[in-house]
Amino acid sequence: MIIFGTALLAVCHLLGIFLGDLLGQALGVKTNVGGVGIAMLLLIFARIYMQRRNMLPKLTELGVEYWGALYIPVVVAMAAQQDMVSALRGGPVALLSAIAAVAVCACVIAVINRTERPQAQTDGAPILHDNPLLTEAE
Amino acid sequence: MIEILEKAAIQNGLVTAFAVVGLIILLSGQISRRLTFGRVHGSAIAIVIGLALAYWGGTQTGGHKGLADMTLFGGIGLMGGAMLRDFAIVATAFEVQATEARKAGLIGVVSLLLGTVLPFIVGAAIAWSFGYSDAVSMTTIGAGAVTYIVGPVTGAAIGASPDVMALSIATGLVKAILVMVGTPIAARFLGLKTPRSAMVFGGLAGTVSGVSAGLAATDRKLVPYGALVATFHTGLGCLLGPSLLFFATKALVG
Repeated sequence: MIIFGTALLAVCHLLGIFLGDLLGQALGVKTNVGGVGIAMLLLIFARIYMQRRNMLPKLTELGVEYWGALYIPVVVAMAAQQDMVSALRGGPVALLSAIAAVAVCACVIAVINRTERPQAQTDGAPILHDNPLLTEAE
Repeated sequence: MIEILEKAAIQNGLVTAFAVVGLIILLSGQISRRLTFGRVHGSAIAIVIGLALAYWGGTQTGGHKGLADMTLFGGIGLMGGAMLRDFAIVATAFEVQATEARKAGLIGVVSLLLGTVLPFIVGAAIAWSFGYSDAVSMTTIGAGAVTYIVGPVTGAAIGASPDVMALSIATGLVKAILVMVGTPIAARFLGLKTPRSAMVFGGLAGTVSGVSAGLAATDRKLVPYGALVATFHTGLGCLLGPSLLFFATKALVG
């Protein structure tokens, strides 16, 4: 049943947000700490566990993969509701600090990623995903 | 006729949003293929169209939610809102190869810390050079350079003035938009090829919205790895901003 996949996703999502809120409260922060990341980890573990026990038929997987494939459309909708006007009206301080922050981080990313041993890619190109709904998106 | 159609579209907001976004993606796919001969990724064009529509919506309504403030496109707010966005991000974790993610775990944490501290220092320093020389304003603007949620959360916690808060949010928004648009352009420079590189990117570039859109426009396969790290960004920023980073700033400028 396809809904089992979507329900599994929903349970992981809710549990992750809940744990993120708990973590935030424990740390004394007013926000959620990594709830979505925790939810992602839960889903990764759930998948490995269920695959080992043969509890993951293709249709159940599709219930999750459909939402993964809807990711780009959702991101486009997210872009369409950014507060562009405020961002552009922020003036030189906002503009400069954002540009400088992004530039510094970009350089650090470039440096760190150049330390990656190229060998890592050559030992059998890893299969990055097996979501059939995405074959066309690439 | 038109009124009936409009009423149908408004009453079925989310469904209208699906149709509108589908149309944007169809259009950007055509632009990508016909005008740029596949050189610019269709998703990158779709995101830029989305941002342009957000600007147009913002100027039309004077609201803060771009296109979603227009009644006809209210469903965009639901479709691209935090709930469905996070739901879709979590779903992408289904594609993660656990071994790849584990290999890059430590470097992911390191880049997460760097991604909080470096933008903060840069933002606070620029705020200082523009005359915002008190610790509260410097911290708030610096925190805004981390993400646009960390900014106001930090500002509220340490009692920043409303105009500094607005500046801090604007800084975060500009950063998110720069990452969204700039990532596909700079992908080669950033070395964005492997899951590990995506996790480094997710930690350092920060802002879930910027990372998720930037990676989507670069290589959809890398999205879950970047998002996995980036989702801890806001939490870590909100943790460090009003505490450690504020005290450090205060110690420096008095």
